[in-house]
Amino acid sequence: MEIGLAHYLTVAAILFTLGIFGIFLNRKNVIIILMSIELMLLAVNINLVAFSTFLNDLVGQVFAMFILTVAAAEAAIGLAILVVYFRNRGSIAVEDINMMKG
Amino acid sequence: MIVQALAFYLFAAIMVASAVMVISSRNPVHSVLFLILAFFNAAGLFVLLGAEFLAMILVVVYVGAVAVLFLFVVMMLDVNIAELRHGFLQYLPIGALIGLILLVELGMVAGAWVISPGAGAAAHLPIPPPDQVTNTAALGHVLYDHYVYLFQSAGLILLVAMVGAIVLTLRQREGVRRQSIARQISRRRDEAIEVKDVTSGSGV
Repeated sequence: MEIGLAHYLTVAAILFTLGIFGIFLNRKNVIIILMSIELMLLAVNINLVAFSTFLNDLVGQVFAMFILTVAAAEAAIGLAILVVYFRNRGSIAVEDINMMKG
Repeated sequence: MIVQALAFYLFAAIMVASAVMVISSRNPVHSVLFLILAFFNAAGLFVLLGAEFLAMILVVVYVGAVAVLFLFVVMMLDVNIAELRHGFLQYLPIGALIGLILLVELGMVAGAWVISPGAGAAAHLPIPPPDQVTNTAALGHVLYDHYVYLFQSAGLILLVAMVGAIVLTLRQREGVRRQSIARQISRRRDEAIEVKDVTSGSGV
């Protein structure tokens, strides 16, 4: 019952897939979409740390830390945009976000 | 070794289960709480992998800051949850299909892939033995010796994010009385009081 690299990669793959699935499932709720993105970034971090340990290279952990930083900044900016949007439009449904007609 | 395997399966199972609850829970507050549970279990996995510093950072930064930020925003926005849930089942088949395809693809990649024999030996910065240098110290050495510019730019990114979040959410509302210290201390005596010459017996 040796826990190897493949076990961690499997868990990370399942977590990443759940993140993608969450984006499709909650097409209307921006908050859940942001949480799904956090889950996907967590899966990437698990991958990086697992490779770092099993290949005996510390660089993976350094880059996992940078991903953590960027994820925190992304969450802060995303939620700030969400708050401003809700203040202006009174709704956070994705379909209502069409002011730029993109 | 058996304890390690059991801990791995426990952490992984709880993490995946709470991730499922994050995306399928009816109430966004419950979603955030399950996200916190998922982060705690990921921190447990990191400890099993020997990355203690990252595990603690995950708990402090994610659970302490990001998840609480999510919780604040969810509670602050007065959204109609039932309306947002509308169409939930409509997207279920396509989402499940895409998720399944992605999972199968990832499984095929993981199944058909081997580490080249020299990869472990050719490590750029090998992990020192944990009984001599702790994980935190080793990470610090690598970070400040080899990645100091990236470290500084990570700090800059956080600064820009902080300024951006403040600029986005700060608003000046009309009709709210605020204390203006600059106006208070720049007031002079001659504009604050007026001396009137009152003739006696007539009043002001």
